[in-house]
Amino acid sequence: MRIAADIFTIVAILTGAFFFLAGTVGLLRFPDTLTRLHALTKADNLGLGLVVLGLLPQSSSVFGGLKMILVWLLVLLASATVSQLIARAARRGGPHP
Amino acid sequence: MSIALHLALIALLLALAFWTVVARETFAAVAGFVSYGLLLTLAWVALSAVDVALTEAAIGAGLTGALLIGATSRLRKTEAAARAERPGRATRVLAAIVATAVAAAIAACVLLLPDPGPSLAPEVAQNLASTGVGNPITAVLMSFRAMDTMLEAIVLLFGLIGIWSLASDRYWGGRPGLAPVVEPNGILAYLARVLPPIGLVVGIYILWVGADYPGGKFQGGTVLAAMWLLLLMSGLHDAPAVSQRWVRLALVAGPAVFILVGVLGVFVAGAFLGYPEGLAKPLIIVIEVALLPSLAVTLTLLLMGPPQRSESSP
Repeated sequence: MRIAADIFTIVAILTGAFFFLAGTVGLLRFPDTLTRLHALTKADNLGLGLVVLGLLPQSSSVFGGLKMILVWLLVLLASATVSQLIARAARRGGPHP
Repeated sequence: MSIALHLALIALLLALAFWTVVARETFAAVAGFVSYGLLLTLAWVALSAVDVALTEAAIGAGLTGALLIGATSRLRKTEAAARAERPGRATRVLAAIVATAVAAAIAACVLLLPDPGPSLAPEVAQNLASTGVGNPITAVLMSFRAMDTMLEAIVLLFGLIGIWSLASDRYWGGRPGLAPVVEPNGILAYLARVLPPIGLVVGIYILWVGADYPGGKFQGGTVLAAMWLLLLMSGLHDAPAVSQRWVRLALVAGPAVFILVGVLGVFVAGAFLGYPEGLAKPLIIVIEVALLPSLAVTLTLLLMGPPQRSESSP
């Protein structure tokens, strides 16, 4: 059971790290603000979500696991809001539309 | 493995610090400074200094970053003019030499520290039980060095008075910031409706766990201030006029309670800020709970800047 949990953790975190990498490559390579934002959401939403999911079996208490999920949900809320604000500012004619 | 991570962290910190110094655009420099603060938070966590990390994230990166972004937008009009009058070569070389010398002196001091460094940590650990709190950082801040913490809280208040005094005579005692513009369906208004209840709980939780785990009034107060700022920025709530009685009371209450407990110590425990036997923890909690709202209001108003509108303005 322990080994199964550890394997699950490793797979989930590696997948999460892959999404972070992909998001970062997109942030650096994509041509404009809107597509770069699109790339970033992959890192925030999926990447962090998978890392949290992978860490859940390692959490020593239920309360600690719930806190990690709460952190992920708050990051989702904040990143979705900030993406909207940046996209709106870019559409209104920011420095690099 | 962890050494590789630490080295990567150090390299990133140095690169970001360099970028922040050399960036030409003020906004780019501020962006560098905020990311630098967040990375520094990670460095403190790596050093197992979670209390310092929390403070760095909340106040060093968050609050100072927000202050600097505000300053950037105020400076935008004059930025081109400021860049045109570039200081002469001699001035720049002199500035570089002085800055390098200061950095070298600090580095030398750190490197020349005896190993193990001079420390009062064993004494703190020994006397921790007498304070009633479980977190040694809180014990130092609220008991062994309570004087420093009290002065910190009072200095913030002086800072706020300094900012207010930048107001023009016409608006003295008025409302800080610009008149709110509400976009009822805007995404910011949505966030300002969803987040503050969660932030309120988190802020009070951080204060409460501060007795036994990393946390405390400064970090909790910053979270509360951030929630209020979100409400103010979204336009759902207008900043109060700084001459209002409840604002003044909220600002003064925390430091006043702190001083009161301190004076009480002179009579009961024989020293300013001394706590009588067995009452240390309740008194510490009284001070922390009194300081939390005061700090939140002080930090929010610090960020809102000097009054710019009359009291009756909408």
